[in-house]
Amino acid sequence: MLVDGLEAEREQGITIDVAHRFFATPRRSFMVLDTPGHEQYTRNMATGASNAQLAIILVDARKGVLVQTKRHSFICSLLGISNIVLAVNKIDLIKYKREIFDRIVEDYIAFAAGLRFTSIVPIPISARYGDNVASRSGNIQWYEGPCVLDYLERIDIQSNALMQPFRFPVQWVNRPNLDFRGYAGSVVTGSISAGDEVVVATSGQTTRIKKIVTHDGDLVRAEAGHAITISLEDEIDISRGALLSRPTEQPQVSDQFAAHLIWMDEDPLVAERNYILRIGTQTVAAANVTAIKHRIDVNSREHLPAKALALNEIGFCHISTALPMAFDPYEIIRETGSFIVIDRYTNRTIGAGMIAYPLRRATNIAWHPLSVSRNERAALKNQKACIIWFTGLSGSGKSTIANIVDQKLLWHTTPCCWMATTCGTD
Amino acid sequence: MLYSIGKDSSVMLHIAMKAFFPAKLPFPLLHVDTTWKFREMISFRDEIAKRLDVDLIVHVNKEGVERGINPVESGSVLHTQVMKTDALKQALDLYRFDAAFGGARRDEEKSRAKERILSFRSAGHVWDPRDQRPELWNLFNTRIREGETMRVSAMSNWSELDVWEYIMLEEIPVVPLYLAKQRSVVLRNSATIMVDDKRLPLKSDETPQMRMIRFRTLGCYPLSGAINSNAATIEDIVVEMQTATVSERQGRLIDNDEAASMEKKKREGYF
Repeated sequence: MLVDGLEAEREQGITIDVAHRFFATPRRSFMVLDTPGHEQYTRNMATGASNAQLAIILVDARKGVLVQTKRHSFICSLLGISNIVLAVNKIDLIKYKREIFDRIVEDYIAFAAGLRFTSIVPIPISARYGDNVASRSGNIQWYEGPCVLDYLERIDIQSNALMQPFRFPVQWVNRPNLDFRGYAGSVVTGSISAGDEVVVATSGQTTRIKKIVTHDGDLVRAEAGHAITISLEDEIDISRGALLSRPTEQPQVSDQFAAHLIWMDEDPLVAERNYILRIGTQTVAAANVTAIKHRIDVNSREHLPAKALALNEIGFCHISTALPMAFDPYEIIRETGSFIVIDRYTNRTIGAGMIAYPLRRATNIAWHPLSVSRNERAALKNQKACIIWFTGLSGSGKSTIANIVDQKLLWHTTPCCWMATTCGTD
Repeated sequence: MLYSIGKDSSVMLHIAMKAFFPAKLPFPLLHVDTTWKFREMISFRDEIAKRLDVDLIVHVNKEGVERGINPVESGSVLHTQVMKTDALKQALDLYRFDAAFGGARRDEEKSRAKERILSFRSAGHVWDPRDQRPELWNLFNTRIREGETMRVSAMSNWSELDVWEYIMLEEIPVVPLYLAKQRSVVLRNSATIMVDDKRLPLKSDETPQMRMIRFRTLGCYPLSGAINSNAATIEDIVVEMQTATVSERQGRLIDNDEAASMEKKKREGYF
């Protein structure tokens, strides 16, 4: 039992904040994030869930899957917790009956089908008598799985961070003297070695890793979780907020994206108002929500129309930033896909979001610098290079005309080629 | 960066040295000295500052010294208020620091369990636990207004065992008082108090005796209770920790003053 820590909570008898508790077994250390469950504390749940790797969803065996069970599960899924322990509690009060447990599990699995969990482990427990909490219970012979603690000690929560593309958000430019310029930060995903080519996401500039510097000596290779200082072969413009990746695995760069947004402030979200936005180490001074596509009812997961988001409400929004930002979809990389929204006047953290996808896909395509210039090519062919664009409605004869132009140019031995695009609004 | 000379400060300093390498620490260390620290702590502090070539500021509340505030006669509550809390506020104001790193951990005490990593203080250094900024992922909102300050508990999510395991792994020097040794102590109010210098007045029924003791936490010596222990190496401490069941602050006499006392002290500006 966790005892509420602050005076206000002792007075009101509720958990109004996220409390951090620690315990360890010889196999593993645990941090318990204790958050309140009422709907008006959705933001606290989201805060707790943002740093959790596993959630224990407690269900009262007498009551089964309730609205709050669904709400908590949805928030866990939205924040990307993929491992769930479904602890069916007070099993003693239903006389350890298997049928009731089985029905609850069936209900929950049916409900969770639409959520993004990779594992759901149901365990019948009695917190009061300790059945299946820290040791297997003799009262529940029909249950053959592990007790809660045993499962928590053994579950593989290794993230796939190492398998993901290299991402290095620059925290600080380390310039101790004129001879050294390094970029300090932590590798959030993937790995990199000295000599590897890297690109600065927003500028598209590329260079190579010269050295990976640490207090304990230079490294040949650094991987997810390592705090390092990188020095580069070329002097390029990099400051705090730059995101380094490999040229072959670049993040998205856009000034517009779609995201789930959890509103955390008493004052509602107002579309078109400018807020400060922070993704990783990048901060943009002006960002606004251009459209609230829909609000999500946390209990039913229904999509509802919305003009504003009030405290604890979750919406799917289009967001526009004053400068292009580098990011990844939250589902793929949490660290580069999450952001917070800050009020410019009160400095409060008023929202938190998870990026779904960029909205201007075309900006992700960068022109590769070529050695042969357009003018050199034109001089060689003794012609002036130009592009002719045929535009018109579908069926108006663009391809037919282009085909005739192509033939006529060929008769004049003028090198040319034609490109067709698909029709559509893209 | 606040530097209390304790194990958590040692770890935090070590991590900062690593993070900023090859540059030097871009900020000074601040030690708020109550003048009642163990002698070994002060010599350790000066040696570390010299060896790591860091800028060390030592601040003492001179007014408190002039008023004769001390932990023995003034009582732990007044002494802590004047020589630690007020002194810290004085130093932060004097040097106009807008942020102070500290080694506080959430597992130490129950009101700390809910404190954020970045804890904001209004112009008068007041903490309002009801109005804390949510901290999601690793995204911190560091914006403050003129006059406001923040306390940064960089080691919030470390446990005491984590601290010792890291000290062992990285071979970080710590004050020798953490290691068990025969030391001269008296038993007072069920706490084991080390007789560190002549300033500790002995009561008529107190006779210093030699005991094999060590400290889990270091503060002002008349307020720091030792534990009986044979853990003479860092490895021994890690083993001892793995079986510990009470909070290290148990030995801190100042925490037991009154219910909700840490929360109260923190609202007043204690780290």
